[in-house]
Amino acid sequence: MNKNSNMSIFLKGLLLENPVFVLILGTCPTLATTKTVIGAIGMGVAATAVLICSNIVISLLRKLIPDSVRIPCYIVVIASFVTIVEMIIHAFVPTIYELLGVYLPLITVNCIILGRAEMFANKNNVAKSALDGLGMGLGFSIALVAMATLREILGAASFAGISIPFLENYKIKFFVEAPGGFLVYGILIAVVYKLTHGKAPYKKEFSCATCPSAAYCNRGNCQPKEEI
Amino acid sequence: MDAFKSLVIILLSSVFVDNYVLTRFLGICPFLGVSKKLDSAVGMGVAVTFVMVVATAVTWPIQHYILNSMNLGYMQTIVFILVIAALVQFIEMALKKFIPSLHKALGVYLPLITTNCAVLGVAINNINEHQYNFIQSIINSLGVGLGFMLAMVLFSGMRQKIQESEIPESFKGLPATLIAASFISLAFFGFGGIIENLFK
Repeated sequence: MNKNSNMSIFLKGLLLENPVFVLILGTCPTLATTKTVIGAIGMGVAATAVLICSNIVISLLRKLIPDSVRIPCYIVVIASFVTIVEMIIHAFVPTIYELLGVYLPLITVNCIILGRAEMFANKNNVAKSALDGLGMGLGFSIALVAMATLREILGAASFAGISIPFLENYKIKFFVEAPGGFLVYGILIAVVYKLTHGKAPYKKEFSCATCPSAAYCNRGNCQPKEEI
Repeated sequence: MDAFKSLVIILLSSVFVDNYVLTRFLGICPFLGVSKKLDSAVGMGVAVTFVMVVATAVTWPIQHYILNSMNLGYMQTIVFILVIAALVQFIEMALKKFIPSLHKALGVYLPLITTNCAVLGVAINNINEHQYNFIQSIINSLGVGLGFMLAMVLFSGMRQKIQESEIPESFKGLPATLIAASFISLAFFGFGGIIENLFK
């Protein structure tokens, strides 16, 4: 398949460049909102909406924004869309608004969104950027739902709030608490590594290179990067 | 006396029980990225604590005296992220000019925290979730920063052990690190309920 065809731009976000399991971006919301499947879906949809909108706007403005102040500009664009999405969710699905709490405004500093602006939207045209946003957003949502499904079934013996009768007596509370989040995430990264071995641009180490602000911090001379 | 007691409870619970990294998953990026060596873990912890306290000292008055009085509460996210980003840049420049030795120690970590979710998270939580007053907010930010540093320091010790051990190929690197983080988070889980009963 042609590497730059629209289809492959869309599809790469799903597995081979999955933002959560391969690019290791957006770890905070991934760990925090996957206690319940409902929360994971809410976070996935909200982040996808912000990602598509911000990718489109940043791609439209890519020739207007001066290079040296691009990150602050991106943050303002992203924060505006986050505020819009936050208000819509507050108005129409207040239960999800309560469930996500502070993680909703924190989509602003989600590395996936800033990362796609920096890596993709400021180099490509509007249609491609929108497709990239959709693919990455879907990949993020799928990863969140997969993790939340595991955690909710094991930890609360339910799926999306509907309890599973024969598991009722075998709840392992560990999985819906904070430590379970780290454990499930670690194991899932290892599984995806095994499945996509050799094909994905896999990041085995967590370093500054994965962070979209790397180019910005210390003017491209990101110090902790060297020690890792 | 009661006011003092409540401040101590806020401080201790934000360090141990409500640890932002290990129970709320805020600030995971620096926690995983800069915890390989003990000295960089300490440096990052000090820088985060410093920025959190200063950011809270600036954002709390902005929310209560500017945004709330002008009915602009919905602008919170945009205003806070811009204020924090500008503040971090400003602190970096000020340190470089006036206290070069401190800039040398903390300078490299400051730009990394501009878009750190823990800093924005604590500024928002102080106002929305806890609804603390000014003093309580400052104490809470200090506690969150110290808790972050404690988690980083403990974790950097743990990571040095992991590097020396043999792990299956798929688990090498990040997966093993995350599983180690799970254990340390489990240890902090044991603090739950202690602080509330400490002063009874």
